[in-house]
Amino acid sequence: MQADSVARAGQFVRVAEQDRQHLHFMLDGEDVTGLAGDTVLIAILACRPAVRRSDFSAMPRAGFCLMGACQDCWIWNEEGRRIRACTTPLQAGMRLLTAPPSIPIAHD
Amino acid sequence: MTDLSDFDVLIIGGGLVGCSAALFLSRRGMKVVVVEKGYCGAQASGVNYGGVRCQGRPIEQLPLALRARALWDNLPALIGTDGELIISGHLKLGRREEDLASLEAWGQMASAFGIQTSMIGGTTFRSRYPWLGSRVCGGSLCPTDGHANPRLIAFAFSRAAAAAGATLLEQTHLDTIHFDGTRFIAEAGGRTLRATWCINSAGAWANAVAQNFQESVPLETMYPNMWVTEPMPRFITHNLGVEGGGFYARQVDRGNCIIGGGMAQGDGNFAQPSSEVTNRVMAEARSILPALKGALVIRSWSGVEGKTPDKNPIIGASRTTPQLFHAFGFSGGGFLLAPGVGDLLAEWICTGSTSTPIHAFSISRFDRQQEEEACTQ
Amino acid sequence: MTKHRQVVIIGAGPAGVRAAETLVQEGVQPIVLDEGALWGGQIYRQPLPSGKFKRSKRTLYGFEWAKADHLHQTMARLQPLVDYRPETVVWNVEEKSLDVLSKGELERVPFTHLIIASGATDRILPLPGWTLPGCFTMGGAQIALKAYGCAIGRKVVFAGTGPLLYLVAYQYAKAGAHVVAVLDTSDWSRQRAAVPRLLHLPGVFAKGLYYLAALRRRGVRVERNVRLLGLEGQESVEGIRWTYRNAKPGTEENIQQLECDAVGIGYGLRPETQLADVARCRFVYSERDRCWIPETDAAGRTSVAGIYVAGDGASIAGADAAELAGKRAGLAVLHDLDVIAAQHDALHTMQEINRKLDRITRFREGIEHAFPMPEGISTDWPDDLTICRCEEVSAGTLRTCIQAGGITEINRLKAVTRVGMGRCQGRMCGTAATVLMSDELGLPLKEVGRLRAQAPIKPLPAFCQSTKSTPSSSV
Repeated sequence: MQADSVARAGQFVRVAEQDRQHLHFMLDGEDVTGLAGDTVLIAILACRPAVRRSDFSAMPRAGFCLMGACQDCWIWNEEGRRIRACTTPLQAGMRLLTAPPSIPIAHD
Repeated sequence: MTDLSDFDVLIIGGGLVGCSAALFLSRRGMKVVVVEKGYCGAQASGVNYGGVRCQGRPIEQLPLALRARALWDNLPALIGTDGELIISGHLKLGRREEDLASLEAWGQMASAFGIQTSMIGGTTFRSRYPWLGSRVCGGSLCPTDGHANPRLIAFAFSRAAAAAGATLLEQTHLDTIHFDGTRFIAEAGGRTLRATWCINSAGAWANAVAQNFQESVPLETMYPNMWVTEPMPRFITHNLGVEGGGFYARQVDRGNCIIGGGMAQGDGNFAQPSSEVTNRVMAEARSILPALKGALVIRSWSGVEGKTPDKNPIIGASRTTPQLFHAFGFSGGGFLLAPGVGDLLAEWICTGSTSTPIHAFSISRFDRQQEEEACTQ
Repeated sequence: MTKHRQVVIIGAGPAGVRAAETLVQEGVQPIVLDEGALWGGQIYRQPLPSGKFKRSKRTLYGFEWAKADHLHQTMARLQPLVDYRPETVVWNVEEKSLDVLSKGELERVPFTHLIIASGATDRILPLPGWTLPGCFTMGGAQIALKAYGCAIGRKVVFAGTGPLLYLVAYQYAKAGAHVVAVLDTSDWSRQRAAVPRLLHLPGVFAKGLYYLAALRRRGVRVERNVRLLGLEGQESVEGIRWTYRNAKPGTEENIQQLECDAVGIGYGLRPETQLADVARCRFVYSERDRCWIPETDAAGRTSVAGIYVAGDGASIAGADAAELAGKRAGLAVLHDLDVIAAQHDALHTMQEINRKLDRITRFREGIEHAFPMPEGISTDWPDDLTICRCEEVSAGTLRTCIQAGGITEINRLKAVTRVGMGRCQGRMCGTAATVLMSDELGLPLKEVGRLRAQAPIKPLPAFCQSTKSTPSSSV
């Protein structure tokens, strides 16, 4: 578990305002916690190193501008809807994915 | 004193038709100049949907379509790139049973020209295409059709033409042109150009050129509405169309889905996509391709395209002026045809005739119509 | 008889709020469309109320706290008289009508008069490794701290140039984050030479000196004349490599390395002009901003009747200028609505505003001289450097295409190489792509053109539907 938490350490560091209400949400099927007033991006990066993999090189990405300009932080919810992480307030019970859900294709 | 230059062929309009004609003529040893008011291939040629398709064309277009289609197989040798051509097959979908009947009828007609299609419906259709929604019930697949990237293709043809020796005058307006009995004299960009032959491939603006030579056609402008999604996991395996029109979609190798349908708006020179049309057709798109609900639309556009009343192009000799050829008015179906048209024009100019039947595209067909209408009044 | 009118303001930062205030003062009730959750824009961005944040405004906004507070209170007081719509993205402008996305619903908002106060984002130039987790914009680094109490990493380097570089580094150090270094690509001698112009706003200049001194006091390493070489790390930022501008290129001489896990980069700001573009406003090239901006008259009117621009979304001049320009645009709308006609007061106010804006412009010229975009920087970019992070298009791809001939304009380059074709429509790569093109072709930046915006100017989730027009009000 120790190795796990080190490997999963968040990119962001909370330096202030840690005394806020905890909000539980699901990320890639795992139970994680953010704080009330976080955006989805802040909550994810507080406990993870990245938010998605890039479309072509599959390199990790963690957003860039935090203000809805760079479009680098789009993720999904489990219903398959797109969510821009840095402009979406975190809500308890969100079920989020950092990779796209699969689309049914035939295998003849 | 203006620059004076002599050429064999003057081509008005540097789109795909003009640049492919320039390429094929240059390869046959002709000295060619292309006059283009903007950048080559930046108009309809560069912003169209990108369908490379024979399926669905009227019978009179099929010989030309097949001639063009053969050239598409040879792109790397012709223009140095495959232009992201994918022979994905074209699946023309039916919304209702009647649509399937008309698709089947087209298939039977086309088979006489060697174009193979197969009908798919029922449970086979559902199991092969689980990503197609219940909005559609079957379709006709033409496996030799496909799609390509118009931005790359149009540009590559212009570069290949230049490399083959053609002179491309971009950002150059054609100011005046007349035929002096022997050849064409044109003023463009402060230069005087003289040429034995002239091709009017000025796209949506070709009617003005035709009128300069006392010819006119009922050419209207259309602005096809298109948009594209972000890259998505690959799921659309064919270039898609729908019987009755109004929707077309393809997915490129990088994953973006390009979707089109409906008409946008414009002022003759400039096209602007319509958000209302995009939203309306997107609703249709979601019902045909449910997976799109998980996509982001990232860009929309339109283009300025010439349209004729019968949606056939105008290809052929001028009625009024010797050594002048028209090739315009492709009504949204020019991408596949254009290289074939360029090749045909080169053949005609260099040999005096062409083997491909194109009388259905004669510029005078509208005269006859107008004469008939005048008589009945 | 009241002529129908509907004034819409896009943006609720300093410019948008002052425009709204000016209109309300004369009895006009605008609709204010804000992409954010709460007014304030970016510079005066407010933490979300749901978080019950505790830090004071002094802590959040430093020297500017009183201005921030005043702006917030103004907009709060205006609430009954404005139709304020947060979390609303305007993604297209058609003839007298806006396409918006608000809480998952598509709507059309008609207007007779439109003030675009869309603000700015960081002006970005890439460096190897800039797409790695851990590398963020300077503005983004500031937002993380100000609005969410987070530092972008455990050991942070700030790199680039501009007054924001020193401000954000100072704010981080003050908040207890570990700031390893501030790496300024600008030359100290240029900063000295800019002092006369910077003294047009002595208060602002003094603050800049204060931040620098405070950083030094806290032991933060500050370097100037920096040439950034790249970020190290496989899956995230682990370090930064750099040297000095006068070091011999191509040698290992004087290459510096700093261990860090986060870098904030930026080279000043660039205006968000996409809505003005899709609205068919004419653009002009600004030598000072080194980019194309909407053409305006002395009151902020664009070339399209009924459309006005104000604030950093029109031209970069800072928050104080944005407040003035917002007020000025409001006055222009009131004049065009015949609400204030040719009243002596209003004319006098406009002149007063323009006098103040002129002084700020002199100051901004000093800023651009002190903290310029590095010249010829594209020669530092290796061929495998990602220029367009959305489409992952490399510098080498762009160079190969340009050198092959036939492409001398940025939209042509976009069509053929895909640079700027991704989700951000060139916001993050447009500067770099045009700079590279300009350097490769030996053409001034102005000559290679500007990336054109296309609707939707921000990605639109395809599941969103429904179009209901806002019932128009005659107020």
